[in-house]
Amino acid sequence: MITVSAQQLAAAFVEIADTLVDEFNVVDYMHMLTERVAGLTEAAAVGMLLAGHHGRLEFIAGTDENVTLVELFVLQNEEGPCLEAFRTGEPVVNVDLGDAAARWPRFAPLAVGAGFQSVHAFPMRLRQQVIGALNVFGDAAGDDFATGDVAIMQALADAATIGLLQERAVTRSEAVSEQLQAALNSRIVIEQAKGAAAQMHNVSVDEAFTLIRDYARHHNRRLTEVAHAVITDRQTLGQLRAP
Amino acid sequence: MTENGTRGVYAASDPLTERMEELQFVLGEGPCWDAFALRRPVLVPDLGSESPGRWPMYLPTAWDGGIRAVFSFPLQMGAVRLGVLDVFRKRPGSLISAELGTALAFAEVTTTALLDQHEDATTGGFGDVLADAGDYRAQMFQAQGMVMVQLGVSLGEAMVQMRAYAFAHGRRLEEVAHDVVARRLQFDRDSS
Repeated sequence: MITVSAQQLAAAFVEIADTLVDEFNVVDYMHMLTERVAGLTEAAAVGMLLAGHHGRLEFIAGTDENVTLVELFVLQNEEGPCLEAFRTGEPVVNVDLGDAAARWPRFAPLAVGAGFQSVHAFPMRLRQQVIGALNVFGDAAGDDFATGDVAIMQALADAATIGLLQERAVTRSEAVSEQLQAALNSRIVIEQAKGAAAQMHNVSVDEAFTLIRDYARHHNRRLTEVAHAVITDRQTLGQLRAP
Repeated sequence: MTENGTRGVYAASDPLTERMEELQFVLGEGPCWDAFALRRPVLVPDLGSESPGRWPMYLPTAWDGGIRAVFSFPLQMGAVRLGVLDVFRKRPGSLISAELGTALAFAEVTTTALLDQHEDATTGGFGDVLADAGDYRAQMFQAQGMVMVQLGVSLGEAMVQMRAYAFAHGRRLEEVAHDVVARRLQFDRDSS
């Protein structure tokens, strides 16, 4: 399925390794990762889940944030490929969603209903620790990963985990907690911004996310930075529609 | 601590803690400042093994005061920032998972109580909602953003208004949020 150039892949690895930037933000980082993976694999949707301190998988970033997709991410606290990848530390790949109703009675039909045909999950791991999972959805038949592609995807997920944990330049268990809490709060900011944008521009909260994401892309600004501006600055809120 | 630059010690459990908190304000550096600026907890399980350059003035002074570990938790709800909760230890060591969970829950309840001082904070902060399904949680913060624009108030005030409405109508906060997002309920500038 992956037909990426070595050049594109190398560029993605370099970007993933570059976490020693000012004002590093986990959600921006994870959002960048989902967009790169979607670009490399031509996947229909890509999302990131990170484990909270009670082992609950929290939705951190996605290429889209429509209600059904977010529900598919949240549901994986109970069943689904991310939960399996998180528990086993091994990738779950090339699952045909049409044949997965017995394996995931709630997840599989919901995913099929959303138009997806295949699903994959890669654990975010560093040595013995698994901190979350990368979720990839395909919407066309034959979207399977070859063996070599699986290794490349897992390497991307591993590199992202190292980048995330090394951001503080210290490897200690506290860093994971700090990062996760920062990410959860950034998620709240994004939800607050989606609400403000939906109200101001009279669109659904799903469409509001697209407005915020597109504005960030067009202005080459980070997603969380734009979300903050939407809440604190009336001008940015008003400009979302005219990028 | 607030967005507009107000700084001060709101409450402290004992004189040593109060002195340590005031120290951070005097020195203008420390875990508390970083937690506020970075919008995330700053967990320092062993002051003795911290790089001296991280807080050049704070580290030796706190050490002399007998402090060996500091854990700072921002009091925040998305873009709303109200302050920082600091926990000090006289011996080094990480917080175990349950202790970390308690501190995070306490920070959440404190945030809710500070936002809405009329209500009894123990009867349910947004921590209750956080424990709920992710969908509900997301909707509550989306509704908060919508009400902010509807009423033309701050984000913190929007949450206070939603909670007050839920209380006055005997409804759960997440139901109110759900109705706001579904546009079945609109907060209006005149009636609030």
